[in-house]
Amino acid sequence: MTKRILLGVVATALIIAAAYANFYIAPTERTMGVIQRIFYFHAATAWAGEMVFFVCFVANLLYVWKREQKYDWLGVTCAEVGLACITIVLITGPIWAKPVWGIYWTWDARLTSTFVLWLLYVSYLLLRTLIEEPGRRALLSALFGIFAFLDVPLVFFSIRWWRTQHPAPVIMGGQGSGLDPTMKKVFFFNVLVMHIFCLFLIVERYVLEKLRHDVDLLQREAEVQ
Amino acid sequence: MALFSNTATLLSKELRTEFRSRELLTTTSVFILIVLVLFSFATNPGTEEARQFAPGLLWLAILFASSLMFQSCFLREQVNDTLSSLRLAVSDPFAIFLAKLIANTLFLLLTEALMLPFFAIFYNISLWSKLPALSLVLLLGSVGIAVAGTAISAISAQARMRELLLPLLLLPLLTPVLVVSATVTGSLLDRDPVVQWKGIAFLGVFDVVFLTALWIFGQYFLEE
Repeated sequence: MTKRILLGVVATALIIAAAYANFYIAPTERTMGVIQRIFYFHAATAWAGEMVFFVCFVANLLYVWKREQKYDWLGVTCAEVGLACITIVLITGPIWAKPVWGIYWTWDARLTSTFVLWLLYVSYLLLRTLIEEPGRRALLSALFGIFAFLDVPLVFFSIRWWRTQHPAPVIMGGQGSGLDPTMKKVFFFNVLVMHIFCLFLIVERYVLEKLRHDVDLLQREAEVQ
Repeated sequence: MALFSNTATLLSKELRTEFRSRELLTTTSVFILIVLVLFSFATNPGTEEARQFAPGLLWLAILFASSLMFQSCFLREQVNDTLSSLRLAVSDPFAIFLAKLIANTLFLLLTEALMLPFFAIFYNISLWSKLPALSLVLLLGSVGIAVAGTAISAISAQARMRELLLPLLLLPLLTPVLVVSATVTGSLLDRDPVVQWKGIAFLGVFDVVFLTALWIFGQYFLEE
């Protein structure tokens, strides 16, 4: 319990520190101006969200393989936390895009595949609500999660190769791309902070799922007696 | 070897069930026809833009039709309570999937073959010279749709609200198929037709990835 509180305090403090760094430490970008500062939060959340979905995929695989309930709990936890992250990404993206590109939305590879990713995990959570029996729900949603995760790179490349005229990625985008050193430091600090914050959310949500399961068990026992 | 003989037996069972009633084929063909006609009301079919949208509309119609067509795929077994006996009858449960997905691919291809002439007439497109390449795209696209669709229908058949759930799970999963096959078909039907081999190869990759996933995980879909 104390560990969880400590993690929560650290995560919150780090978020505040990251916000400070975004607004006061990072230099103002030359062409985009102040609005570019949303980038640190936006891209860091995207990275963290994708990481969380990867953990979800691993949890799904482990559930199918080992059939231990903890992996099912981890799967649903990560799906929800990842979905929260991607929702933030999909909201902060247009806020940034409107002043810079002049439009809220463009159908390019990263935007569109992020949106499809969001849809896939919404379907994953919907599927879970529509199967009553816990064992079957865990197994079938894990299988769908595996298929959904396999689909993501295919979605990304299909749109990238056939649909997009997109500005090259800024990070790991090859020659001519890159960030100012201070910007880079602030960005990777944000990435770290977002991962820690997601870890905090995952721990809390996991404990909640476990409690829910325990309550279910107790209720069933009470009904039997 | 047992896999192939089991699959062949199950496939003949699937085909016989369907061709006795022809319910799926008639309903899906009529559905695609309705969708194509409705699309032409929604846009102005005589214009050059409508011709540009036509390949996308065709694939969208196929996608929607497939999400109707695959409903009954596992549901039939569920309703008649034949799934457990099927599982007992075959040595490898992948045979059940293989038979169903081959049957689904065949049904899809058959409806597409029935619909293509109407499509060509409605949108004033001559298909003859492009038929070989177009058939390849239709084949690979349909295999992809059928593989993902068969897997998802095994999931949705075991859930509540399955009629709604199947398209909800399947359609986002099929985004790559839609993007690529619509683009490849589009450039085939262009005024100067080009065969986009990269796109055709991509469809092949999609098929292989999902088929492999189904081969590895198929047995778990049908657990009691």
